[in-house]
Amino acid sequence: MPEPRHSGEEDAVVIPIGTGGRPGRGSGSARPSAAARNLAPTPRKSSAGRQPGPRPATTDVRPSASAPEDAGRAEAADAAPTTGIPVGDWLSAAQEAAHEVFGDDWERRLAELMAFVRRRLEGDYEVDDYGFDRELTERFFMAALRPIAEKWFRLEVRGLENIPAEGGALVVSNHSGTVPLDGLMTMLTVHDHAHRFLRPLGADLVFRLPFVSSLARKSGATLACVEDAERMLCGGDLVGVWPEGFKGIGKPFSERYKLQRFGRGGFVSAALRTGVPIIPLSVVGAEEIYPLVGNVPSLARLLGVPYIPITPFFPWLGPLGMVPLPSKWIMEFGEPIRTDSYDPAEADDPMLVFNVTDQVRETIQHTLFDLLRERDGVFS
Amino acid sequence: MGRVVLVTGISRDMGRRFARAAAGDPSVDRVIGVDVVPPRGDLGDVSFVRADIRNPVIAKVLAKEDVDTVVHMSVIATPGSAGGRGTMKELNVIGSMQLLAACQKSATVERVVVKSTTTVYGSSPRDPAMFTEDMGPKRLPSSGYAKDVYEVEGYVRGFARRRPDVAVTMLRAANVVGPHVSSPLTNYFRLPVVPRVLGFDPRMQFLHEDDLLRVLRHAATSGVPGTFNVAGDGLMTLSQAVRRLGRPSVAMPRMAVGRLGATMRQARFSDFSPEQLGFLTYGRGVDTTRMRTVLGFEPEYTTAEAFADFCRAMSPAAREGAGRA
Repeated sequence: MPEPRHSGEEDAVVIPIGTGGRPGRGSGSARPSAAARNLAPTPRKSSAGRQPGPRPATTDVRPSASAPEDAGRAEAADAAPTTGIPVGDWLSAAQEAAHEVFGDDWERRLAELMAFVRRRLEGDYEVDDYGFDRELTERFFMAALRPIAEKWFRLEVRGLENIPAEGGALVVSNHSGTVPLDGLMTMLTVHDHAHRFLRPLGADLVFRLPFVSSLARKSGATLACVEDAERMLCGGDLVGVWPEGFKGIGKPFSERYKLQRFGRGGFVSAALRTGVPIIPLSVVGAEEIYPLVGNVPSLARLLGVPYIPITPFFPWLGPLGMVPLPSKWIMEFGEPIRTDSYDPAEADDPMLVFNVTDQVRETIQHTLFDLLRERDGVFS
Repeated sequence: MGRVVLVTGISRDMGRRFARAAAGDPSVDRVIGVDVVPPRGDLGDVSFVRADIRNPVIAKVLAKEDVDTVVHMSVIATPGSAGGRGTMKELNVIGSMQLLAACQKSATVERVVVKSTTTVYGSSPRDPAMFTEDMGPKRLPSSGYAKDVYEVEGYVRGFARRRPDVAVTMLRAANVVGPHVSSPLTNYFRLPVVPRVLGFDPRMQFLHEDDLLRVLRHAATSGVPGTFNVAGDGLMTLSQAVRRLGRPSVAMPRMAVGRLGATMRQARFSDFSPEQLGFLTYGRGVDTTRMRTVLGFEPEYTTAEAFADFCRAMSPAAREGAGRA
């Protein structure tokens, strides 16, 4: 609270700044703190008629020597909390606010929102076999991610025509950024531009962690295992995998844009067995959001997580260090690699699986290098 | 000539109701109910034989009555009703062993139907979204009901191997709900305040009690061998179930829920078992394709409808009647 200034003992001019010991902006309490009361100047000419309160000496410090209209205004201000704003004003303000928030057809939109809230509270919604809550994902998760993608990372998307409009397909992407934000951004991009839901496959750690696990299931993820991948692809879903896994997102900043090993090629055999196309996706920009410069392996082992990230900002700036750097992102969906020419039985041929895995990996790596050459700067 | 069906575990509500339903089936001649204690409700045309399946007397019953179909329903989930975990394990495992040994010796038995449960798949973060019948648990159950069922299933498989001429049907039923069901899960939902594990929202599948009776009858009369998952269509999350139930729920860390469950178990307030904690954390889903294509069974209730029926029975008017029966 700013200290009230008063120029002289005798003149008692109007106090220009501060609240004079009364509860000011943000104090939140009706009674001033002891410190504020001490700071407040004691009124010299106390007018008993104006101060019927139990604390006449401290509550009002506005000098009565000021202009009469000032005194009148002060009285009006004091009286305001008791009489209150007319109900009509409240209503019109609420109406205006609704208009502001929901636009012209605010009544319909508000009714929709209320219906949504009611459905959520009564459990009157559907989840699919994997626990995917379509309504919540569309209305909540996507809406929350959209401004981050558009305003913070200024996401640029290329090659959207490579995402099939229907039928099963496997999107394979590079993984980076310490925190799997690239996965969330890919889900949003696919939803907004291709109007399909990307069903990500997550590591079992995701499903072991509280909160993360229920959010993951609700947003459409499932465990990265052959059974689930094949089940989803057979069901005609668009499935996303990040075969680098923790080796990808947890790699040091010095190794950025160098693809790690692509797992054991399980995703390729799932695609071969179901005959769906593999769409390579290259994401540039995610490497720079949290530059990983260090790790605390002992603590990570203790907590049972793959790594404890240390970035130039993270533990040092506390929560502020968790804000990702606003790098400029480019996402390029590559040409689909068809697998329907192979026989499903060939999924058991390790050599073929390794070859296709390498083909996907090389495609992504080369696209990454091309995109890196093209971009002007990390943040521009 | 109709079939002669022997039903074990008839003292419990589901066993008794199944036996009565089977007795009403035109293809069934006679139904014999076996249990250690006499059933409480009306048995109808079912003849009751007081016998303990834990000792070889059961072989004599099979031989004397010319039983050709055995429906084994006495694998129990609640230690409280059996009088302790030790008795429960003995009833489940030794009882099943004795029964299967008697079946193996019998010359008349043609079909064996075992009511198992999807609990056998366990619950862990490494689980696939939907278990098929060929999959096993990711982590072997170390205690309790899940371990009993896992062992019983092993003995049943062994029996099927040794007697290939007997059609063995194993029905892995999802959590059974319904107005009359008293299981660890329904008792959990009957708690005044439902404790949930903080940060987890497990997926659940339910089977209506009527559908359980129907599928057992279907298996006993059709004699399709194999192992089948049986569950209503669709899934629900626990948060959804609690909201539809209209009960208040409180989310607590996993450890606290486990501690609370142990306390309630000790106080005989609820049959909250340790493996149930895993289920309430990670949930489970089973694939029912084979139930439709091979077994040829279609449940009448979906998961949501089965739970809705359970909710109706839980409404204040019906609550006094049901209680914690």
